[in-house]
Amino acid sequence: MAEREPSVDVSALPQAVAEPPRRSRVSLVWLVPLLALAIAGWLAWHTLSQRGPTVTILFQDAEGIEAGKTRVRYKSVDVGTVKAVELTPDRKLVRVVAELRPDAGDWLVQDSRFWVVRPRVGAAGVSGLGTLFSGAYIGMEVGKSGEEAREFRGLDVPPIVTEGLPGRQFVLRADVLGSLERGTPVFFRRIPVGQVIAYRLVPGGGGVDVQIFVDAPYDQYVTQNARFWHASGIDIELSAGGVNVRTESLASIIGGGIAFQAPPDEGLAPPAEAGAAFRLFATRAEAIAPDPGRVDRYVLYFSESVRGLAPGAPVEFRGISLGVVRDIAVEFDFDSQRFRIPVAIDLYPEKLASRAIPGVKQQQIGRREALDALIAKGFRGQLRTGNLITGQLYVALDLFPNAPKAGIDWSGDPPILPTMPGALTEAQESIGAILRKVEKVPFDRIGADVEKALASLDATLKRVEQLAANVDRDLTPEMRATLAQAQQTLAAAERTMTAAQGTVGADGALATELRDAIRELTRTMQSVRTLTDYLERNPEALIRGKRPEGTP
Amino acid sequence: MTTARALALLGCHTCGLVSRGGGGAHAACPRCGTALHARKPDSLARTWALLIAATVLYVPANVLPIMHTASIFGTQSDTIMSGVVYLWVTGSWPLAIVVFVASVFVPLAKLLALAYLAVTVQRGSARAHGERLRLYRLVELVGRWSMLDIFVVALLAALVQLRSLAEVVPGPGATAFGAVVVLTMLAAMTFDPRLIWDDRDDSTERGNG
Repeated sequence: MAEREPSVDVSALPQAVAEPPRRSRVSLVWLVPLLALAIAGWLAWHTLSQRGPTVTILFQDAEGIEAGKTRVRYKSVDVGTVKAVELTPDRKLVRVVAELRPDAGDWLVQDSRFWVVRPRVGAAGVSGLGTLFSGAYIGMEVGKSGEEAREFRGLDVPPIVTEGLPGRQFVLRADVLGSLERGTPVFFRRIPVGQVIAYRLVPGGGGVDVQIFVDAPYDQYVTQNARFWHASGIDIELSAGGVNVRTESLASIIGGGIAFQAPPDEGLAPPAEAGAAFRLFATRAEAIAPDPGRVDRYVLYFSESVRGLAPGAPVEFRGISLGVVRDIAVEFDFDSQRFRIPVAIDLYPEKLASRAIPGVKQQQIGRREALDALIAKGFRGQLRTGNLITGQLYVALDLFPNAPKAGIDWSGDPPILPTMPGALTEAQESIGAILRKVEKVPFDRIGADVEKALASLDATLKRVEQLAANVDRDLTPEMRATLAQAQQTLAAAERTMTAAQGTVGADGALATELRDAIRELTRTMQSVRTLTDYLERNPEALIRGKRPEGTP
Repeated sequence: MTTARALALLGCHTCGLVSRGGGGAHAACPRCGTALHARKPDSLARTWALLIAATVLYVPANVLPIMHTASIFGTQSDTIMSGVVYLWVTGSWPLAIVVFVASVFVPLAKLLALAYLAVTVQRGSARAHGERLRLYRLVELVGRWSMLDIFVVALLAALVQLRSLAEVVPGPGATAFGAVVVLTMLAAMTFDPRLIWDDRDDSTERGNG
């Protein structure tokens, strides 16, 4: 191609129109990469700014949690999504990584809480029903701490009271948890005013600390002297006092509950501080019971069985409760080689004093003098049956004027009060006496006599049997002959009767003759009628005789 | 080699009239008045500019999600690669390969191929003219097929709008990816393949066209 010159005359082609040069020398095309950079930068910034903080939550179990689907919600508002669900290296826990909203950074503080919301059915109600269809989600609660955190330990159960709910928390110390549960209602005058939010064993296991939350308008009624008691389910109390059934509400029958109230005879007390601790009594009576005041401890030694006597059983004086049984044990006394049962009792002497001795004297007469005087009059302790059906015992203090002389042993710690054998023991003794008398009955001889009597009865019966045989043998043939004769007689009679029937019967001879006779008689009567008719017409015939035929 | 350029002849892009170029750098067709250029004006510079822009956007196109899928079973954001991985894992290997080739491999290959062409032209390389031209034609041909992904996303976003049941929303990656494809196509257009044959001597004038 290089050798060949173009055959076309280039000069023949038209001349291009010259144009003035453009002004701008910087090509606008370089704006494109700048724009692209701007767009890319904006995209990157946008994406990064949309990306919120990530949190790691450790759960026992990842039931219902799915990466990319499960949401994190705070007050039911979506604030994040689970990005990954994986196991911890030791495979003991589940690590859930969730990404939250960009503005959630300062929500993630030390005491923020996370839990999984699933449908739950409990005595306190049904919760999380919405998650039946939407699937589980992770609930979140923002804490108040100032320290940031990115790793959390998920709660196994959702918290009942969320932060910021108006009201106050209190702690109740109980001996046993009873039927309490998280969510168990707290009642004030039978109005549900709060809930149990947590419970735990006190260190050492000597009791249970129950945390309750009382809602705002009602928390003012939790006064410093408030008494709390178990209103758990149906409170059936079996005691020497009988059966006592009490309930707080239908819900508490199913799920238990706690009730509180200030003692009715005490004045208004200021509201308790948040977090104040109270004792949780087992029953309302126990909780409301006025403070017994001073407590004196005594020991009563019983030699009889204390079956039916339990700690907490009443100590009564003629029906008035003066104290409670504290403790029961058993001792072996080497000196007397006998077992004895020490029963420790708590006496509330103020009750006794206020009733027995007027106030002024009480101050003057000491405890010892008063009791010594009473003991001298026969003041003794005794076990009595409080309830015949259940066999519950109680300790009765009473005056037994006929009691053998005894004194109070002040040297003992606690002092030892003298006792009397119980009414039950006396009853047992008399039953024993009866049994001893019964033992003396000569059952052997009675048995022999009975045997003899039975033998003679046997002989008598045999004789009766012989007699029956004789009758059978001697009498029966004669009776048979008699019967045959009677049969013959009857046959004869039958024959006679048959003959009579033949004579008298419709075709019998008598009947035939009778018919003939009647017929004859009829004929005779006809002849007589003919004769009378003829004589009527021809009366002369009576005289002249019958005219020959054909004559007028 | 005698070329139109050597003879100072200019062809009109619009009416095809060949005319003699004057002394001035800028000329217009005497018949229809269209601006005349011996070569595409600023070809290399424009190609470079578009290529750089495409390269910049190539990163967000692959990193950011191109599609948000929201259904009652949850939401999901997919990037191009996560889609490919998903297809591969679920056993749709042919589809995975198609998507990978069309959406990941081809745009990258185009960027590299155009960059290679631009570099060789700039350096006035005299080797493998024919191969380089074939490469250029290939780049122009396959360019449009990279829009496959964008079509899929656009179709899904338009069709799957079932409110609370299911919803597909294009993500920022789709914008970037579309821009990458368009920019590489433009870069291929602005690149003047005739430059491949232009001699080293002419290279001084190349920038002016």
